[in-house]
Amino acid sequence: MTAATTQERHSYLDAPYGLKAWLLTRDHKRIAMLYLISITFFFMMGGLFAAGIRLELLTPKGDIWSADMYNKLFSMHGVIMVFFFLVPSIPATLGNFLMPIMCGAKDLAFPRINLLSWYLYVAGGIIALVVLAMGGIDTGWTFYTPYSSLSSNTNVTLAIVGVFVAGFSSILTGFNFIVTVHRMRAPGLTWFRLPLFVWAHYATSLVMILGTPVVAITLTLVALERSLHLGIFDPKIGGDPVLFQHLFWFYSHPAVYIMILPGMGVVSELVAAMARKSIFGYGFVAASSLAIAILGFLVWGHHLFVSSQSVYAGMVFSIITMLVAVPSAVKTFNWAATMYKGSISWESPTFYIVGFMGLFLIGGLTGLFLATMGLDIALHDTYFVVAHFHYIMVGGAIMAFLGGLHFWWPKMTGRMYSEALAKTSAILVFVGFNFTFFPQFILGYLGMPRRYYAYPDELQVWNVLSSAGATVLGLGYTLTFCYLVYSLFKGELAPANPWGAKGLEWTTSSPPPTFNFDEDPIVTEPAYDYKPHGTEVTVG
Amino acid sequence: MSSSSGHAPIVSVGTYVMVFVALLIGTGLTVFAASRDFGALNTPIALGIAVTKASLVCLIFMGVRYNTPLTKVVVVSGLLWLLILFGLGMNDYLTRTWMGVPGR
Amino acid sequence: MADVRQTSLGAGAPAGHAAAHAEHAHHPKQQHHFYSMEQQLEASILGMWIFLVTEIMFFGGLFMAYLVYRHMYPLAWTESSHELNVILGGTNTAVLICSSLTMVLAVRSAQIGSRSGQIVNLILTILLGSTFLVIKFFEYKAKFEHGLVPGPHFDPHELTASGALVPLSLPQGSQIFFSLYFIMTGIHALHMVVGIGLMLVMLVMAWQGRFTPDYYNPIEVSGLYWHFVDIVWIFLFPLLYLLGYHFGV
Repeated sequence: MTAATTQERHSYLDAPYGLKAWLLTRDHKRIAMLYLISITFFFMMGGLFAAGIRLELLTPKGDIWSADMYNKLFSMHGVIMVFFFLVPSIPATLGNFLMPIMCGAKDLAFPRINLLSWYLYVAGGIIALVVLAMGGIDTGWTFYTPYSSLSSNTNVTLAIVGVFVAGFSSILTGFNFIVTVHRMRAPGLTWFRLPLFVWAHYATSLVMILGTPVVAITLTLVALERSLHLGIFDPKIGGDPVLFQHLFWFYSHPAVYIMILPGMGVVSELVAAMARKSIFGYGFVAASSLAIAILGFLVWGHHLFVSSQSVYAGMVFSIITMLVAVPSAVKTFNWAATMYKGSISWESPTFYIVGFMGLFLIGGLTGLFLATMGLDIALHDTYFVVAHFHYIMVGGAIMAFLGGLHFWWPKMTGRMYSEALAKTSAILVFVGFNFTFFPQFILGYLGMPRRYYAYPDELQVWNVLSSAGATVLGLGYTLTFCYLVYSLFKGELAPANPWGAKGLEWTTSSPPPTFNFDEDPIVTEPAYDYKPHGTEVTVG
Repeated sequence: MSSSSGHAPIVSVGTYVMVFVALLIGTGLTVFAASRDFGALNTPIALGIAVTKASLVCLIFMGVRYNTPLTKVVVVSGLLWLLILFGLGMNDYLTRTWMGVPGR
Repeated sequence: MADVRQTSLGAGAPAGHAAAHAEHAHHPKQQHHFYSMEQQLEASILGMWIFLVTEIMFFGGLFMAYLVYRHMYPLAWTESSHELNVILGGTNTAVLICSSLTMVLAVRSAQIGSRSGQIVNLILTILLGSTFLVIKFFEYKAKFEHGLVPGPHFDPHELTASGALVPLSLPQGSQIFFSLYFIMTGIHALHMVVGIGLMLVMLVMAWQGRFTPDYYNPIEVSGLYWHFVDIVWIFLFPLLYLLGYHFGV
């Protein structure tokens, strides 16, 4: 065990020292840490709003918050969780940290632009906090017109500016990743030797680049209509609110793939490492990331099934939506096949990825229910939809994020966390999550609309279950936060390769030096080059 | 032949001026064509001229003809994605009455 | 090797740079995470084009709105377009095309190492870009005076041959046309302002002699941006100004 020697080496955490060195850094690893702190803050804020929602829904009547206040709670919950947590989460933290290292490079292609992306994210976040202080918005995170452009009395314009700035930050991250993967790979690192984490982030970056600008201009139009009365969506002068929906969802559907693809990349890495086996069907998994990114742009109309969108167009979108489930299924089957006859080590990251696979499966399958136009007419805007997307975004993306955070925590911080507490947290999160969101499928099936603060008495039992589950979920997240922060100060020093995993990041120290590698790597092996069960790999 | 730093070859001033003149002619042409009514061909003519002008700027002024295949793919992808937005979007507006569903 | 890297990253002091690089000499403009100037240039051009793709999609949303509403209100489109000034619009088109020429000549001057060429052409580009904005200002002013600005004060008028302003009746959808006109040309103008700012920075750098035949990445990449803004206008002009042109010029 070489734990003692990691302290002697120059880690990116230590040098150069001081606040200014951190705030003006060009080191992708430091920027990743800065992002980690900021997104954790926004996750907590979003969680607070969720708590407010679940508190109200304990009783059938709207008795805690006024209707207006409730509208603001779910709107701010959505805006913060989508734009300020989920979209940046894995790419800006794990992605920023690992992409150059996995490509064998010293940094991303444009380090200063990387720092700029963090500052833009913080600026957007500050604007969101100002909006919050001024009473928040009540339009829903979807900003549907004409309410958002004409009627709402809240600070929609400022909120739009905040989202716009945060969106620009994500564009810069995506653009950096694309150029890095194309132009900065180490000698010998061909595309098909890249870890699947890189493929997933590459695909995510494509979506960021091609989709985000459209929501930027769409929200700009809403802001201009509100502030300068340049009517675009106002029905009185001939405007079409459905056009807003087309433009909004053109980004916001692919955005959900921005939120899940990186998680899938994390799962691929963790499955291979925890099962000590090369990913089954590497090529298919890599190709499926690209397929999801591309097909994801062709399905947005499934959010418009009950609008005045043409039925014919609805059919087209419905069929393509069914198709986009296929690459996701390919990945899920391949992960399972990887684990089959693998030498599975049941550590905390494993808990998270197994949780991911089950929950993502349910979330994904329920998406097919919603893709079926006839069913969607009954299920649209009910709790079924809410449950569906939370299964994917919380049961999927957040579990993957936590799994990845745990897996790479020793690498990023040079510390080990408490494995017992981590396993406890994982179980709390899994159980809490299911109690929170499974009842919501039933509620949606029984007709409870989303974004309502009151409901018929007979639905109370499911709502109470859901709120109870949310409490357990919150406990799980809080516990995770606590022991991870504790480990920064008191955790055991981490060796270079605590999991005995394959990958360029494990060949360098924990934490890595500023320029990642002491010697420029030359790659000669395929990815996930695990030897058969019973031979080799030393831990450490 | 590109230099050791990877830059594109030096294009003559004459070529640039010819493209410039072509662009001005294109502008005049599109204004002239708009003063006449070609019926259904009005828009295709205007767009055709605009696309030609844009292509000249893109390939020659911006130097895309000398760029790597990757850069060319990037340019084409941008245009393709625009077509996806227009195509699938207009697919709704143009087919509103197709299925004969009342009110849709 | 590790110490050398630490010094150059942390302090960034130019004085120690040459000494620190005694082991591996490279072009002074090559950034440390790249292994060659060629890689750095390819990354820059690829990067700028990816950014331009985001701009294509940004303007694309506006063109989509244009497309949908034109489909819905064809008469409003032609009649409103008739109110736009083709002379000014056409002149602006020519101005931008000229600026594209001077832009590409500025980059070419950097390519052949002509400092005076860079400076003259950059100044011309900036002047032409500014001319565009001035003409735009007069156009907007006229729209304002004719009551064509959407919103509570939308009250269309037109100028008769005798110079009098008379009320004009425009079909449903016209206000949307004018919203799109102002938004599309306005956002385009904003991009022009950024472009002019960029060119001023390039001018200062050219003045300082910072571009050489083997390193002129900034001006090349800025040129790409400038040409892109020109291309957007190449589409805006016929789509906005020329629809109503054959209705009695």
